[in-house]
Amino acid sequence: MRFDFALVASRLPEIFHALGVTLMVWIASLIAAAILGFLVAVGRRFGARWLNYSLSAYVELFRGTPFLIQLFLLYFGGPYVGLSLDAIPAGIVGLSIYGAAYFSEIFRAGFEAVPRGHVEAGECVGLNRSQIVRRILLPEMTMLVLPASVNMSIILLKETAVMSVITVPELTLTISAIGTEFYAFVESLFLLALFYWGLVEICGWLGRFGESRLSRFRFAQS
Amino acid sequence: MTEHAIVVRHLSKRFGQMEVLHDIDLEIEQGEATCVIGPSGSGKSTFLRCLAFLEEANAGTIEVYGKPLGFSEDSVGRRVRLDSASIRAVRSRIGMVFQQFNLWPHMTALGNVSEALKTVRGVPRAEAEERAMIQLRKIGLENRAGHYPAQLSGGQQQRVAIARALALEPKIMLFDEATASLDPELTGEVLNVMRTLAADGMTMVIVTHEIGFAASIGRKIAFLDKGRVLLEGSAQEVFGKPRNPRIDQFLDTYLDRGAAMLI
Repeated sequence: MRFDFALVASRLPEIFHALGVTLMVWIASLIAAAILGFLVAVGRRFGARWLNYSLSAYVELFRGTPFLIQLFLLYFGGPYVGLSLDAIPAGIVGLSIYGAAYFSEIFRAGFEAVPRGHVEAGECVGLNRSQIVRRILLPEMTMLVLPASVNMSIILLKETAVMSVITVPELTLTISAIGTEFYAFVESLFLLALFYWGLVEICGWLGRFGESRLSRFRFAQS
Repeated sequence: MTEHAIVVRHLSKRFGQMEVLHDIDLEIEQGEATCVIGPSGSGKSTFLRCLAFLEEANAGTIEVYGKPLGFSEDSVGRRVRLDSASIRAVRSRIGMVFQQFNLWPHMTALGNVSEALKTVRGVPRAEAEERAMIQLRKIGLENRAGHYPAQLSGGQQQRVAIARALALEPKIMLFDEATASLDPELTGEVLNVMRTLAADGMTMVIVTHEIGFAASIGRKIAFLDKGRVLLEGSAQEVFGKPRNPRIDQFLDTYLDRGAAMLI
C-alpha cells in the first residue's frame, strides 16, 4: 500500500480536530433531534387536529427527501430567504430537523406501545395530562424506544459525513482532503470507514449497556 | 336508612352502533360491598369504567355523594359536561383496581403507592413514602417495598395496586375483575385483602366472576345481562329459589366451567 501512515501521523492534530467536530455536530444534533422529535410526537398525540396534520406533513416531507438535498437547500438556499448560517450551525440545524422527523415516529410508536391501562391508572389517581406524560408515558416509553433510538443515533452519526458538502470541517472532509493531497483516495476512505465503524461500535455498546440497565423495569407479566 | 354512596340513573353507553349499557338504574350503599355479576359481554366492566369516569356515558347521570360525576343536567334538562376540576374532585373519592393491575413498571412498589400522594396531593416525599409504607404493611408487603412490579407475583402486584388506590383514602373502591388474570392459587390473597376492606366498612363495587365470593361478600348483588340490570338484591334473593331462569342458565355454564377443571 502506498499510503504512508507517517504522513497521516504528521496530520494527526488535524484529524483529531475533525473527529472532535464530528462528535460535536453529532451530539448536538442528536440531542436537539430527540427533544424536537419528542415535542412533535406529543403534539401529534395530544394536539388539535390541525397541529397533527401539519406535524405529519413535516414528518413526511423530511423523511421523504434526502438529507443531502435538505442541507444544500438550507445552506445555499437559506440566504435567499434571509437565513444565513455558517457551515457548522447549518449542519447542526439541518441534521436536527432531519433527525427529529424520524425520532418523532419512534416516540409516537413508543407512546402507542405503553399499555392504555397504565395511563388509565394514572387518571384514576388524579394525575393530569402533563403529569401523565412526564411521570408515566415518558419513562415507560424510554425503555421501549431505546433500541430504535440507538439505531437512529447511529444513522445520524453516519449522516454527519454529508455535512462535508457544505464545508463543515468534520472527519469526511478532512480525511478525504488529506487523501487528495497525497493521491491516496482508497486508503483515506478506508481509514475514514474505520473511524466511523469505531464510533458506531462505541455507540452500540453504550446502547446495550443502557438496555441492560433498564431490563429490570421490563413489563411485568401477569 | 343507609346513605347512597353512588346513585346511577338512566345510564346508557354506546360503542358505535352497539348499545353496551341500557338505561341502568342502581344505588350503591355507603359502607357496603355491591357485586356486579353477569355473563361476559353483559356490560359489567363498562358499567364500572363509567363509575370511574374512564368511559363517558352517552346518557344518564351518576351522582357520587350527591355530586354529579362528569355530567349534570341544567335547568331545562339538558346534559352538560362539567369542567375538569370538578370531575377530578369527584373522581378523587373513588379508587380503581384493574384486572391487569396496571402498576407502573418503572417505579417500585413504594413508588407506585406514593406517586399520587407526591404529584397530585403535593405531600412531601418522606411523608408520602411513610403513608405508602402504612398501606403496604396493611396488605403484608412492606418487605417488598423496593421491588419493581416485574419482580412481584401477580397476586402481590394486585395487592400493591389496591394499596396504590387506598393511599389516596378514597371513599369508594371499584374492582374490575381484580382476580380474573391471576392463577387460581393467587386469587385467595387478593380476595382476602378485599374481604378485610369490606369488613372495615369500605364502600365497594366489585365486578367479578367469583360467584361464591360475590355471594359471601356482597350485601347487594346486581346481575347484568345484555346491558340491563336483570335482577338486584341480596345473595339470597338473587341465587335463592325460585330462581330467575336466566340466572339458572348463567349458573349452569359457571358450574360447567368449574366441573371442566376437575376432569
